[in-house]
Amino acid sequence: MSAFLSGVFLLQLLRIAVPYVLAALGGTFSERGGVINIALEGMLLAGAFGYVLAAHASGSAWVGLLGGVLGGEVVAIGLAAAVVRLRADAIVVGVGLNLLALAVTRFLLKLVWDSSSNSDRVPAFDADNSAVGLVALVTNPVFLLTVTLLALSPVLLNRTRFGLRLRACGEHPEAATSVGISVTTYRTAGVLLSGMFAGLGGVWLAASQHQFTDGMSAGRGYIALAAMITGRWSPLGAAAACLLFATAEAVQMTLQGQGTGIPTQFLQMLPHVVTLVTLVGFIGRSRAPRALGKAR
Amino acid sequence: MSPKLASLLDRLIAPALALALAMAIGHVLILVAGASPPEVFGALLAGTWGNGYGIAQVLFKATPLVFTGLAVAIPYRAGLFNIGAEGQVVAGALAAGFVGSHLPTAAPALVAVTTCVIAAFMAGALWGALPGWLRGRFGAHEVITSIMLNFIAMALANWVVADFLAQPQTLHTAAIVDGARLTRLGSWLPAFRGSAVNTALFLVPVVVAGTAWLLNRTATGHQLRSVGLGARVAEASGVPVARVQTLAMALGGGMAGMVGVNFVQGYKGYFEDGFSGGVGFMGIAVAMLARAEPWLLIPAALLFATLSQGGLAINALVPKEIVDVLVAVVLVVAAAAGARSARREEGS
Repeated sequence: MSAFLSGVFLLQLLRIAVPYVLAALGGTFSERGGVINIALEGMLLAGAFGYVLAAHASGSAWVGLLGGVLGGEVVAIGLAAAVVRLRADAIVVGVGLNLLALAVTRFLLKLVWDSSSNSDRVPAFDADNSAVGLVALVTNPVFLLTVTLLALSPVLLNRTRFGLRLRACGEHPEAATSVGISVTTYRTAGVLLSGMFAGLGGVWLAASQHQFTDGMSAGRGYIALAAMITGRWSPLGAAAACLLFATAEAVQMTLQGQGTGIPTQFLQMLPHVVTLVTLVGFIGRSRAPRALGKAR
Repeated sequence: MSPKLASLLDRLIAPALALALAMAIGHVLILVAGASPPEVFGALLAGTWGNGYGIAQVLFKATPLVFTGLAVAIPYRAGLFNIGAEGQVVAGALAAGFVGSHLPTAAPALVAVTTCVIAAFMAGALWGALPGWLRGRFGAHEVITSIMLNFIAMALANWVVADFLAQPQTLHTAAIVDGARLTRLGSWLPAFRGSAVNTALFLVPVVVAGTAWLLNRTATGHQLRSVGLGARVAEASGVPVARVQTLAMALGGGMAGMVGVNFVQGYKGYFEDGFSGGVGFMGIAVAMLARAEPWLLIPAALLFATLSQGGLAINALVPKEIVDVLVAVVLVVAAAAGARSARREEGS
């Protein structure tokens, strides 16, 4: 039991939580504007690949960070164009974009690194990934950025003109239109914000491994989506749910390291089971934005 | 132009646009990879429809795609989006492998084959019913729950196989009894020799016709489609929405489970861990290109099977991953363009 109370466990939990929190915050902006965002998974993956590609080409983790955000935005632009502009089905397009991100990153991985599994090592913010201590975490710019964005998100969503207008588009687009708010513009902005956030989540995934591996988002976008719903579409609620899911994953890793009698397959599925059960348990108490998924 | 013809043309616009755009993007990607598009497309055609073996392999790969296409299409008609076919495929195939290897060796072929087919269908149906029930009863979105159940199915299958069923030094179950195995078409048609295409192919028209009949000609199908057109209106007119949603997902899951028939009974003769390799996800593209119409799933599945088999033929010229990109492009464009023409039908 003591293994779960140690500082090492807490640090690991926080490291695991970062991409979830970023993706879930991104999803919150998209969905509070009224656009269902299944594409978080593809944004994470494209963000991770964008990071590795840009860091590889430039030798700089900072350029990599920009590349990662750009990667997330490519997927976001696809989602906004299809759903906000063309009014396509957000769920089908979202799943399609996830598969497209998976396929394109696979294709480019083969083309750039001639590998079907992973890229070469690229620079990251820490000198090597053996640095897992508290100092390494709190001096990591992506971690600091995550904490900052988490603190700013509720303010942006609840206290600024932009946030209130975005929410109006998600709750009652006709009313928003009638007072002169362009629903298209605000919804597009919400989706683009989600691309930036989730792209940054991908940066974290790739940077903490110093490389890209095939399909490395591994369902995290879907789990983040469940966290956002569990957290009732509020930034802090979503982040709290992310911590819960990250705990499940950290417990899994700790138990796997200790070698208990539990079959490893049961440990592997623990985060997915926790996500499923939590989603089912919380769903009744959760209210979606009224016009979520509806064209105006 | 007659209204009927106009509506048909309208419905063909989205798939045609999707295919044209995929072709264009394919050209660009081939150029990016430093190869010549005519050469690559030529090799793709020659390696698939150019010889008996290629044709047989396309048919072999199209068979599971029709099943996973149905796995997506049936729930889609009820307004649900099943992205859990991958896990339902695993459930069905594991059941076929388990039941098939535990049948008495003397079991007559008809009994053995039927038992395995039913086992595959039922296991897939149970795994598919779960997210349907969670949606109907609790409102938990099936996209999230079904993808979580994919991960869970794969971990469970790996556990069951590795700890209980595996033959020493392998990750596959014992061989199923001879009576449960399906005949390879190559044993009748010399041109198909060497390919794994088997009599599971004949299940395709039967299952598609059955689904079309169920959806269009039965009260259950009518209820299912009415839920798809609007769950609240259906509820108000007395349709048991939660039950219909569970049923639609169960039927879809059962169809996905039938992939096990083609793989376990028709090809390998045992269940092997990690065999599914994305057929569940490709089924989404098949269903969307076919606009969830049962009979259109067959040409859509043939198209994607051609790409999938063709990927192997072009791998020397360009990375075969190019095929996955094309499949996803077709899916995204078909979805984006499909929404527009569907709205036009509504007259808005």
